[in-house]
Amino acid sequence: MHNLQTITALGGKTPRIDVFDHITIIENDSVALASVTARMGREAGCYKVLQKLLGVVPETGRAVLHNTETGFYMGLDQWMLTAPRVSHELIADQLKKLFGDNASVTEQSGAWVCLDIIGRAMPDMCERLCAVPVRQMVAGDVQRTVIHKMGCFVIRCMANDQLRILGPRSTAATLHHALMTAATSTA
Amino acid sequence: MIQKNRLEGGQIDTATLLKFKFDGKSYVGHEGDTLASALLANGVRLMGRSFKYHRPRGVLSAGSEEPNALVQLRSGARQEPNTRATTAELFDGLVAKSQNRFGSLRFDAMAINDRFSNFLTAGFYYKTFMWPKTFWEKVYEPIIRKAAGLGSLSLLDDPDVYDKGFLYCNLLIIGAGPAGLMAALTAGRSGANVILADEDFTFGGRLNSETFSIGDDSSAVWAAEAVAELSSFPNVRLMVRTTIIGAFDHGIYGAVERVSDHVAIPDAGKPRQIMWRIYTQRTVLAAGAIERPIAFENNDRPGIMLGSAIRTYANRFAVAVDKSVAIFTNNDDGHRTAADLHAKGLKIAAVVDVRANAPLSMDFEVLQGQVINTKGRLGLTFVDVKLSDGTIRTLDIGALGMSGGWNPNVHMTCHQRGRPRWNESLAAFVPGDTLPNGMIVAGAANGDMSTAGALHGGAQAARVVLGLKGSMPKLPTAEDAPIRLTPFWYVEGCSRAWLDQQNDVTVKDVKLSHQEGFRSVEHLKRYTTLGMSTDQGKTSNMGGLAIMAELAGKTIPEVGTTIFRPPYTPTAIGALAGRNRGQDFHPKRLTPSHKWALEQGAVFVEVGNWMRAQWFQKDGETHWRESVDREVLATRSSVGVCDVTTLGKVDVQGMDAANFLNKIYCNGFAKLAVGKTRYGLMLREDGIALDDGTAGRLANDHFIVTTTTANALPVYRHMEFVRQCLFPDMDVQLISTTEAWAQYAIAGPNSRNLLEKIIDQDVSNGAFPFMSCANITICNGLRARLFRISFSGELAFEIAVPTAYGDALIRKIMEAGAEFDVTPYGTEALGVMRIEKGHATGNELNGTTSALNLGMERMVSEAKDSIGSILSRRKGMNRADALFQMGVKPLDLSDDVPAGSHLMNADGPVDAAHDQGYVTSACYSPNLGHAIGLAFIKNGSNRIGEKMRLVSPLTGVDVAVEIVSPHFIDPQGERLRA
Repeated sequence: MHNLQTITALGGKTPRIDVFDHITIIENDSVALASVTARMGREAGCYKVLQKLLGVVPETGRAVLHNTETGFYMGLDQWMLTAPRVSHELIADQLKKLFGDNASVTEQSGAWVCLDIIGRAMPDMCERLCAVPVRQMVAGDVQRTVIHKMGCFVIRCMANDQLRILGPRSTAATLHHALMTAATSTA
Repeated sequence: MIQKNRLEGGQIDTATLLKFKFDGKSYVGHEGDTLASALLANGVRLMGRSFKYHRPRGVLSAGSEEPNALVQLRSGARQEPNTRATTAELFDGLVAKSQNRFGSLRFDAMAINDRFSNFLTAGFYYKTFMWPKTFWEKVYEPIIRKAAGLGSLSLLDDPDVYDKGFLYCNLLIIGAGPAGLMAALTAGRSGANVILADEDFTFGGRLNSETFSIGDDSSAVWAAEAVAELSSFPNVRLMVRTTIIGAFDHGIYGAVERVSDHVAIPDAGKPRQIMWRIYTQRTVLAAGAIERPIAFENNDRPGIMLGSAIRTYANRFAVAVDKSVAIFTNNDDGHRTAADLHAKGLKIAAVVDVRANAPLSMDFEVLQGQVINTKGRLGLTFVDVKLSDGTIRTLDIGALGMSGGWNPNVHMTCHQRGRPRWNESLAAFVPGDTLPNGMIVAGAANGDMSTAGALHGGAQAARVVLGLKGSMPKLPTAEDAPIRLTPFWYVEGCSRAWLDQQNDVTVKDVKLSHQEGFRSVEHLKRYTTLGMSTDQGKTSNMGGLAIMAELAGKTIPEVGTTIFRPPYTPTAIGALAGRNRGQDFHPKRLTPSHKWALEQGAVFVEVGNWMRAQWFQKDGETHWRESVDREVLATRSSVGVCDVTTLGKVDVQGMDAANFLNKIYCNGFAKLAVGKTRYGLMLREDGIALDDGTAGRLANDHFIVTTTTANALPVYRHMEFVRQCLFPDMDVQLISTTEAWAQYAIAGPNSRNLLEKIIDQDVSNGAFPFMSCANITICNGLRARLFRISFSGELAFEIAVPTAYGDALIRKIMEAGAEFDVTPYGTEALGVMRIEKGHATGNELNGTTSALNLGMERMVSEAKDSIGSILSRRKGMNRADALFQMGVKPLDLSDDVPAGSHLMNADGPVDAAHDQGYVTSACYSPNLGHAIGLAFIKNGSNRIGEKMRLVSPLTGVDVAVEIVSPHFIDPQGERLRA
């Protein structure tokens, strides 16, 4: 077993948490991700595995949210699947075994920073960040958007006051700064 | 401090006293005041100077249409020029200054312009400054620039922050007057998601300025109750202090919310303003109407204002502009103003009505006639009235209200090239048939000028746009007076009757424009500057059009209007910029080793959005060259490590992955063996080089493509285009993994020795030869990828791990390499080594170069079809004297080789016609001990050994150089295959 230690996207040994009265911003470092894209002519086989994994194939603009595993729509016949990193460090390998030649699977765990926004001011804050109809979204809605020039996914979580933002890992500090200024702005 | 013109009543909080300063003098006002109302309450009518003639000016209006009362608000870095006193909400400690004056407001030296007004008529620039020609740039323009403009900028950084935001709704209602409120009540009660926005700090619009009743309440009370009900709806968002500035495509509206403009300093971290982008399905435009003035001789003196404004100041702000007032009108609304002022106890000297059938009053005198002149240097004192019988009567007054009729606010209906249509009974333009998608207009903006009409229009508009069923709700009773108006635009025979008070355009200027042939309304606008000021002619354009129509013998609709464009009112640049300023202008991308590099004292350079270590400065190094030379020498003599995560990485999978790469690269990839990497060159459709990089085959159906850092995005976009549009029948899946993997180049003769200490597989030359690639593990089990490729020309590897382990890996590499004195190197050393090796990069792949230019023409396979291969064979791109990438070194080894310099024959002229090529990249080579360069040279491959001149006439470069092979180091490639 190797002894290399990870650092979080924000550069810490442990995830960063910022607490305001009205909002909490949590760096979620516990998510493993892999993209799954159906191969040409093998779509049915891909859907079948997705259904088995998630219960349903996530439709356009939708995520399937379970306690541990989730999956959301990224593009035509393309999804991002997530699972706890502690149990799915090798998520891409694990998924590839399940999908076989029905899908192309690519590890994405290192590619994203995951920031959870929780609190009563979540909609106010989201309105200052991106062009997403957060007040009309229901749990499981997901939208690809741009936050301060950074391509992100915004996922409306099960709790009414919770939003998940996935952004490019290399820009984690900038994205976090944008969230912090929005949080201050809406305080 | 006595507010000598303050009346009883109004909608101000007299219990709250607010202190403020104007031009250094202290005054008091109340909460609910604007700066204009507070100044008027204190007897201040003179608030500014006009743009061109520096004529004394006071307020004309009580709203955002104000052309005259522009002030510099606040001080220091927060100083904001050209702020309308009529919309600036009073707050305690407000500081304002008059602007556009040389000297004091009362004694403005530039007022001398007024004496020369005959020379400064419309178009005087074009006539006056024609000669001598050289004077324009050096004399005239500097003087004009100095004299022009209104307020001034502080030239300090704006200390405030501005947000951008995004809102969504079913229905956006623009304007919270009677129509807007009624529309909002109707929509809000139906459950629709509604946004109601108004630029004022109090909802109600004209309802706050009038004295009539709605139902059993006063109009202002009804408005307040409506707002209270709307506030109780969770589905209704009320946005005061919010101006909708533009109607854009697809139901998108721009809105500026002035969050903190009514306080001295915004709370820490809070925005001063928010620029909202509102996405709406439907829109009700209930923006009301603006009263228009009448042009007559000297109609611009402080104290002369719109009749409706005088009424607003009296009814809403409890301010008498003066105790003695007259009204000049062509419609019944002027009489309403007089009646309201009379009821407030003010003296109505007379109502001057141009109509023969004007209504009479028991309370004040009504004269049939016209105002033909006014007096009063810094404020109105007298007006001369020419009565219908020809006699002249002088009125001793301090305020004159002008009521020329009302113009519906059609601005927003025209932002997408819609044209308004003429309404004869109003003598005004009303919204036309081509409205922005989803918009409906209600109330005065639609020409419904009565309160009852506005209430009905608002309710009906909401019902229509939301498709509400059932009968119309019962509406409260309200004023429903008909419009009785005789169009009247200007008094004949005037020499100085002002149309556009902000830009000092007179009736005479419009006539001159017509006389000189500028007869199109667009030409009129530009020749006279009518309507080009910050108010965009809201109070002036109609007068100009009417005069143009009369002169041209046309009707006003035949003359037409100019184009209405966003923004509706002046908008701060800060609001447009939002948070995108300074350090936050663009995102910063940090490499996985960033934290470690900071610890090492790295000097960073921006490469696109990436922050890359440029070099690592050691103690005692005083010049960047010392650091870079050390890094290069250490790498070539032992081992160096460089973070190359920034290179674009694209995961290419699918059964047709190899065929796909065969299409996008000009060289062959179909037969690349699993476990092998190949250098590839991508061409554009036109045969020009797009990018280069490598592709490693991890499995039959799985490749990793790398791109240059700069082209990561364009190449990915290109690949997606090819996949989706050119070869949609291929089974290929692409996804970027640039962010997913931390990648380090380990280069130098000891690179293998170092790697062997951390990786779990055999990387000997036999097991892992040059251009190998593999999925491996390191440090007893961490998944990784290894590529044996070399940019430096040394024995080199690139190792990649999931990004989260990037920090750990660089530390591990440094620890394992300590015995070899492993040296981190930055982009400068990277650049030096690739120039020494003769490898092309962005400098050479500059959008003009072909494979031939790069010396790679043989890579363009003729055995297959690939993008750009056909056009790369064009004759023009294969000339005998085509540019060829070569090396350049100075004959005198102490000379520099500046990049960008051009090559000329050793003997012969130095000019563009004899240009032989140019240096694309250059550096000092610490290995060779002198400067070197890569250059594109005509017929370069046949000119090795030729002596040439390297010149840059602009910078004085003139260096004798020799053409050499571009491979300065290890031309046979023995090191990288070691």
